[in-house]
Amino acid sequence: MERKLLKNTSLDEFIKMLREKDRCVIAPVRKNDRVDFEVITEGQTIAQDYVQTVQSPKHVLFPRVEELFHYEQTEDGVTLHENDLAQLPEIVLFGVRPCDTIGLKALLSFFSIDYTDALFNKRKEKTTIIALSCTTADEYCFCTSVGGDPGGISGSDILLTHLPDGDYLAEIITEKGQTIVDLAPDLFEPDQKIKKEEILAKVPKHFSGIQLAQRLAVLFDSDLWVQQSLRCLGCGACAFVCPVCACFDIQDEGNQNRGQRLRCWDSCGFSLFTLHTSGHNPREVQSQRWRQRIMHKFSYMPENQHLLGCVGCGRCARICPADMNILEHLKAIVEERQ
Amino acid sequence: MINQASKTAAIENPFLPEPARIVRSYHLIEGVKFFQIRIVDIEKALSFRYLPGQFVMLSILGIGEAPFSISSTPSRPGMLEFCIRDVGRVTNALFALKENSIIGIRGPYGNGFPVETMQNKNLIIISGGLGVAPLRSVLLYSLDNRDLFKDVTFLYGAKRPYEMIFRDEFLRLSKRDDVECLLTVDHDDTGTWTEKTGVVTSLFKYLAEIEPGETYAMVCGPPVMYKYVIDELLKFKIPKHQILMTLERRMKCGIGKCGHCAIDYIYTCIDGPVFSYWDVIHMRELI
Repeated sequence: MERKLLKNTSLDEFIKMLREKDRCVIAPVRKNDRVDFEVITEGQTIAQDYVQTVQSPKHVLFPRVEELFHYEQTEDGVTLHENDLAQLPEIVLFGVRPCDTIGLKALLSFFSIDYTDALFNKRKEKTTIIALSCTTADEYCFCTSVGGDPGGISGSDILLTHLPDGDYLAEIITEKGQTIVDLAPDLFEPDQKIKKEEILAKVPKHFSGIQLAQRLAVLFDSDLWVQQSLRCLGCGACAFVCPVCACFDIQDEGNQNRGQRLRCWDSCGFSLFTLHTSGHNPREVQSQRWRQRIMHKFSYMPENQHLLGCVGCGRCARICPADMNILEHLKAIVEERQ
Repeated sequence: MINQASKTAAIENPFLPEPARIVRSYHLIEGVKFFQIRIVDIEKALSFRYLPGQFVMLSILGIGEAPFSISSTPSRPGMLEFCIRDVGRVTNALFALKENSIIGIRGPYGNGFPVETMQNKNLIIISGGLGVAPLRSVLLYSLDNRDLFKDVTFLYGAKRPYEMIFRDEFLRLSKRDDVECLLTVDHDDTGTWTEKTGVVTSLFKYLAEIEPGETYAMVCGPPVMYKYVIDELLKFKIPKHQILMTLERRMKCGIGKCGHCAIDYIYTCIDGPVFSYWDVIHMRELI
């Protein structure tokens, strides 16, 4: 891994140059009190002062609504058309937090188990991730409890750390990252032995993933699920902002002459998620759905696939309209005596 | 866990359906139709391999997709058969389609019944109502390969005579001497029913002695049926892992990704829908 220095004044030039070299740059942009990932256009400013974006960057690789194929009725019958994945642009995903890079890595593993999801994998292949270390955190952040680190390099191609003087330490982690740096080698200066750890945010560790999985193994029939989910509205916002949630629905849009089959985000928190057409619902109450959400992320996924379904970004807690705080709930699970 | 069928092959776009023609469709009983469907490409139609107990996704463009278990047997390749109840958006649209209409099909999905493991064993097939849809496949398979299995017993219960799916087909079967076919209805309000009356478990008393270790039982029916049928099978001391049932879950993708049929660490669409009673009692939420 190579370490370089990117001057504060060179950042805009770097982004401009990436765009000139036909890279689609997606980065956090401030709109009123929200910061979210957007495609950067001429004159747009990349947000600097944010703890976390409202939405995760997962939509860049796994869009909220994605066409699986489209169809057309002609005189010779119906023709199905697939989108040409080779037409996807080269993307530079900029300003992703280290927790989210782990999330994208988990999604990649998930979309490669049993079969290789061409849509996700092609997008991932065409995306270079320039992550940004966390120098600030808030009370919702808990990456260190789920194996993350405010300055962790896992899943990044380049990791930038914003230094107190405004410049950036650039850690070039992968060949993909090096390719991007090679587009503008003059902007990257030699590093002056910066101690990154001193600048990083301090995120307290509340529990370990192993501790959590061990507790969950014996809590399936606990009353805790009812207590915790009493105020859950089943709105699914938590799943939509989550960088790891990957459940989807398949819906058709159009008529018999032309239209498309779409893959759309879904959530295990919705009451319709498991409803059979017959009216039978295997998870008929919200507590069962909340339990599924927690069990899937913190017990089934880690125990079977060696993947944690949570990166501690805190988005679900920040967005929840009923103020359900996942960190508080996980702490309660670890402390539950039963 | 039963896992005989190979996992979905790594193809580019597994969501792309194959055009298939509704060759024949007619009502079996009120609200349930029989569909014969053939993949338009004859090569693909003949090479479509599946196991009894597997399912496919059928779709109508612009309406949507839903999972259906296959009622035909792979021992008669080329044509796929389904019995489908008119309950939802996709089935409403399927019922409205005329013969010769083109629909989409992808699959087969799921593990299916372990027909190779069951060779040289006795088979007891127990179904209630529409639960006969996946079991007709394994029943016909065992009859088409009669020499591969020991005694074959088929128990089927419906509410009333005119609610028995494939009634004429099964009545003819009950005349054969190479299969024990016992049919029952809860109530006969026609006065013309020639077979048994009572719930499906009332048929167990007609069964001859069973060698439990040499027997596989397969069950599918309405949720209320399972407990009573399994109690009867356990009285015969059939090992729990040899009592097989095929379960239902809402499914969207069929390839273990969309999350709808996830239970514990498994996905019903790839690890099921056939589970043993041992699986059921050791895995929470399965039934």
